[in-house]
Amino acid sequence: MSGVRVLVGTRKGAFVLTSDGKRQKWDVAGPHFGGWEIYHMKGSPVDPNRIYVSQTSSWFGQQIQRSPDGGKTWEQAGNKFAYDGVPGTHKWYDGTPHPWEFKRVWHLEPSLSDPETVYAGAEDAALFRTTDAGQTWSELSGLRGHGSGSRWQPGAGGMCLHTILLDPADPKRIFIAISAAGAFRTDDGGQTFKPINQGLRSEYIPDPKADVGHCVHRIAMHRSRPNVLFMQKHWDVMRSDDAGDSWREVSGNLPTDFGFPIDVHAHEPETIYVVPIKSDSEHYPPEGKLRVYRSRTGGNEWEALTKGLPQSDCYVNVLRDAMAVDSLDKCGIYFGTTGGQVYSSPDAGDNWAPIVRDLPAVLSVEVQTLS
Amino acid sequence: MIRVILPYHLRELANVGREVQLHVQGPVTQRAILDALEAKLPALKGTIRDHGTQARRPLVRFFACEEDVSHDPPDAPLPEAVAIGKEPFFIIGAIAGG
Repeated sequence: MSGVRVLVGTRKGAFVLTSDGKRQKWDVAGPHFGGWEIYHMKGSPVDPNRIYVSQTSSWFGQQIQRSPDGGKTWEQAGNKFAYDGVPGTHKWYDGTPHPWEFKRVWHLEPSLSDPETVYAGAEDAALFRTTDAGQTWSELSGLRGHGSGSRWQPGAGGMCLHTILLDPADPKRIFIAISAAGAFRTDDGGQTFKPINQGLRSEYIPDPKADVGHCVHRIAMHRSRPNVLFMQKHWDVMRSDDAGDSWREVSGNLPTDFGFPIDVHAHEPETIYVVPIKSDSEHYPPEGKLRVYRSRTGGNEWEALTKGLPQSDCYVNVLRDAMAVDSLDKCGIYFGTTGGQVYSSPDAGDNWAPIVRDLPAVLSVEVQTLS
Repeated sequence: MIRVILPYHLRELANVGREVQLHVQGPVTQRAILDALEAKLPALKGTIRDHGTQARRPLVRFFACEEDVSHDPPDAPLPEAVAIGKEPFFIIGAIAGG
């Protein structure tokens, strides 16, 4: 009997939503870690019951939790994230040098082959790795050390490393993205990184075509085609067919090319999803209509998906890590809002319904397909 | 015996009650109390003070005998009433926001 488990991180705790393969009736468990900000939760692809959680607080700092049993019980893991060597400075909002300071973990990406290995994306931007299930963390400092770190600058949400994509075909290749530095790639398991921002154009920075400084919001790939990347940038939806070496815009007929999440259909590598958001100042859906847009052509041609979503007076946001897909047939699509709703579509976006309506603001959504 | 009052979230994290009792060797200071607290409850490492610098986290405050001692030097002696366990040492999450 197949089923799904949706891992929801919110401003005030973690929630685990489960359903069978029909995805019509849901059990809601939580809040776990009530009152703490849960930036991200993700399960190991190797051992789906092994779930890792980034639990943070402006008061009491960073915690990492892990579950050995699919979220029924939790164990506290290590929370010491120390930059390698003297971390130096990055640019502050006013352009002055500012010391690198660890604030929180935005994203946890478990290894594709080892349940004890997990990558963590941090603010201030750095990539950490554990190989002992989160007890100890080490920085992959080749990212900050590759030369451009002093020119990175925080976005409005902080200077966060929010996207980590592990290449299923090449264990040594990892893609990461930072707001507001851009996208980077390692081909040697994290020893060295290079910026992969050629083709991005950002009018809000002094050199719109600079090698770094772009506010990348999210990158997604289909595991069958790891050289094809899709990006939601601060403005512009972009596509790369050469593992990030070059990008081209595929915003096409979107009502606005601003947004945060982007994801790929589990079985159709050219079908992608975004949630257009009005910006630069408002950060809510255009016209108060919550619409997911789907492209079946890998970009440029987009259709609005609205059935079951509020089409008036809706002013929520959908954050960058708050969309995910399951791998059932038909592919399920899920996203959470800052208004506390988690919507699901069991038919690839054609029809939507809320799983829950009144959670705290949703920061992240991940889905596990269970067999 | 030193008595330490923990804020709600740290009690939950360490799975203890509101008050924790500690033995402290030598002069009773903030540093001595926090060292003993973290030794007894390792789950609290990094939550009250920074792992590396050992500086108090900005939104954590310390109170003793109704006085805010957050900005006192970490090695300054705390009041006798705290040292003999008559008064607790309070660790408080600062009230912030609107």
